[in-house]
Amino acid sequence: MTLRLNQLMVFATPIIIATLVVIAPVQAADTELPQSEQGLTLSDQGIQKSADGGMLEALMFYICAAVVLGSGLAICLSKNIVRMAVYLFGTLASVALMYFLLLANFIGVIQLIVYAGGTLILLIFGVMLTSKSPWAKFDVKRNEMIAAGVICALFAGMLLMVVVNAEWPLETDAVVVGSSMTQFGSALLTDYLVPFEAMSVLLLVVMIGAAYMARQE
Amino acid sequence: MTQFSVPWKQSPPLEHRGPARGVVALARFVYSAAAPIVSRFPGLILTSAIVFSTLAVWIHWELFSYLETIAASDLNGTAKSIWGQSLTVGEIGAYLQSNSVAAGGVLKYLLWPLQMELFRDIVGLAAIFQLFNLIPVYAIWWERKVAGRIQSRMGPMRVGGWHGWAQSFADGVKLVAKEDLVPAQADGMLFKIAPYLAFVPSLLAFLCFPLGSYWVFRNVDVALIFIIAMVGIEVVGVIVAGWASNNKWSVYGAMREACQMVSYEIPMTTVLLVPIMTAGTLNMVQIGDAQSGGWFTWNAFHNPFTFIAFITYYIASLANCKRAPFDLPESESELVAGFHTEYSGFRWSLFFFAEYAAMFVVSGLAVTLFLGAWHTPLPSTWAFEETSLFKILLNGILFSSPFWFIFKCFIFIYIQLWIRWTLPRIRIDQVLYSCVQVMFPIACVALVGHAVWMVLLDGSMFSTLIRWVLGLIFAAVTFGFLSVAAFGYRNGRRMVGYLAVKQLPGS
Amino acid sequence: MFEIGLTHYLVVATLLFVMGIYVMMTKRNAIGILIGVEMVLNGANINLVAFNRYNGMSGIDGQITSLFVIVLAAAEAALAVAICMNFYKNLNTVDVDHGDTLAG
Repeated sequence: MTLRLNQLMVFATPIIIATLVVIAPVQAADTELPQSEQGLTLSDQGIQKSADGGMLEALMFYICAAVVLGSGLAICLSKNIVRMAVYLFGTLASVALMYFLLLANFIGVIQLIVYAGGTLILLIFGVMLTSKSPWAKFDVKRNEMIAAGVICALFAGMLLMVVVNAEWPLETDAVVVGSSMTQFGSALLTDYLVPFEAMSVLLLVVMIGAAYMARQE
Repeated sequence: MTQFSVPWKQSPPLEHRGPARGVVALARFVYSAAAPIVSRFPGLILTSAIVFSTLAVWIHWELFSYLETIAASDLNGTAKSIWGQSLTVGEIGAYLQSNSVAAGGVLKYLLWPLQMELFRDIVGLAAIFQLFNLIPVYAIWWERKVAGRIQSRMGPMRVGGWHGWAQSFADGVKLVAKEDLVPAQADGMLFKIAPYLAFVPSLLAFLCFPLGSYWVFRNVDVALIFIIAMVGIEVVGVIVAGWASNNKWSVYGAMREACQMVSYEIPMTTVLLVPIMTAGTLNMVQIGDAQSGGWFTWNAFHNPFTFIAFITYYIASLANCKRAPFDLPESESELVAGFHTEYSGFRWSLFFFAEYAAMFVVSGLAVTLFLGAWHTPLPSTWAFEETSLFKILLNGILFSSPFWFIFKCFIFIYIQLWIRWTLPRIRIDQVLYSCVQVMFPIACVALVGHAVWMVLLDGSMFSTLIRWVLGLIFAAVTFGFLSVAAFGYRNGRRMVGYLAVKQLPGS
Repeated sequence: MFEIGLTHYLVVATLLFVMGIYVMMTKRNAIGILIGVEMVLNGANINLVAFNRYNGMSGIDGQITSLFVIVLAAAEAALAVAICMNFYKNLNTVDVDHGDTLAG
């Protein structure tokens, strides 16, 4: 019997994660709710600035960033392909949390449902079908690793220099009211109609192509 | 004590280190203190639990009606959310005193902590976590009872006295205390985190789940997609578990689960577009509020296509939470429990929590989107004027939204159990055939047909007529089902005998 | 420090992007390379959404672009996994270094 503390911590883990999701600013309800019998609504209207001056948001951001970068680093260093896929799950989920923090709820849930629920499963499925033993290790040569590391470090330094030093023309204090869902709907059917249709054609082509390639001889 | 000599290495005796020692001592103390009382007065404890939970629901109802008042009488005339706003004690007191129901000074101070957002969030999270814990516990108990009755036996009868109502708690204690084995050839890290990957998403799905107009923790505008995403993410844990166990059966289970989930999400999400189109929003609270006018205004009876969509959704959701006849990932007879073959103890119970919570979530989606959410079959305009305490209480019972929501969900869970213990499991190629060649075309037809109906016929006389006809058919089916159940309950033993004699081969 | 701005998100996105490139460069497993591609796309997506948020949210162009990126990534993953399986069927491995039968 191993009744260890970390087993009991499972009761704390979901609460912590739930808190993370929940504290992310939630926006709601673009239109007036259908008036219920009480004639009032309790939905969150618009986005409220939290009273603590963004402290909670900052905390959330740092946690998300830590998970994103930590699991990214784990992917870089891991040799086991299944573990890499699981670390990728951490990256994807915390990127979705970042989208919630950035008030892009719809993109966040789409990231969860398409990336974490679809693409990732496809990847793990591919791993299962293409590896003979569960421990498919592909060792990296040391000099390759060093060369790639140096190139990537230089590239990262260059990008970071640009990002930190650039002056972006921003309007940070705009007040946002209402949801993006109606905006999404109308934008997809007016301004972005051609890309939208092109995307649907592309998906059809991909479906046929994937079925053709994976067919039984 | 006899010492047996065995050819394998014996495991070392139990010992608890670190903080676990205190926990075990506490558990022992609680057990030894509670066991005599529980075994002596089980009925009393159950009754008082029911009474107290009813009282808690009622108090909650009252509390929320106060909060409603606060929201209604905002100074600027705009609806004001209680969640995510700061209130002062003065404000709460003023609103309470302006309310017709007498509000004493003590109540004002009882409500004082509610002004803090963090406190409200903690209360809400604790409530959700309790709900999440209790629903699987009772669903498991109920599954065992239903399975027993279907097989002409009693099911659990001992623990707790009345029909073994505490059986799942006892099982939980057993599972927590069991040894947590990790196979030697397994990938230890993945093996250990996989149950949490399955457990946490199904808990997160509850965050956006409305149990009533005001009984929602976070009223998000994309709640529906969030919940579907959470149900879909749960599969990652299952696949990782099957893979990490390093067991042939587990890998088979995981691969079946992967292809089954990925394919069944397509028809499920397609038919979910039908109620979204009817309500014009992804917000679960708004979808639910649009169906408040009695049972014939529920989305399922909007037109024939929504009815088809409802049935298609229900079948797809069976596959999505791996219930029979689609329980191929964990088929006991072929794959020896599939992906959780190697799991034991606490991690195994996490998988079960995830599975039963997913059952509740998909049933809840069916109820919210198609069958009137948390509303009674009666129109909500029939609620009493809240002039006296008795009428408030009566309203609380008859129109209590969490009660109706959970009640409807459990009816759907019951149908899931019924299907599981009645139908045989189908083959994996039949599963995929029924998804791609049967359900998906039906879902597409329902979607297109509903869109055409919305454009051409919505609001017309014919549409209303069809809605009434469908509603009456549903009512008739429900009534027939209840009468058959009542007949069977009265003539249980005789009916079982008749069926057994007449239906068995060779009779 | 506690005022989160655009730069914070851009730094995270940059690091994720570079990590993705590193993964693409070093892994030999075809699916590992695919994982690297997903990381790169995610880093780019964070950029798009962050610019959308900190530009007054007057429009949702950035969000729609990132939606398209997500859809494209899903399509690309489906095709790439199919290619990987074909690769495996022909060469019995997913090591991309062995895919040089056309190199003459």
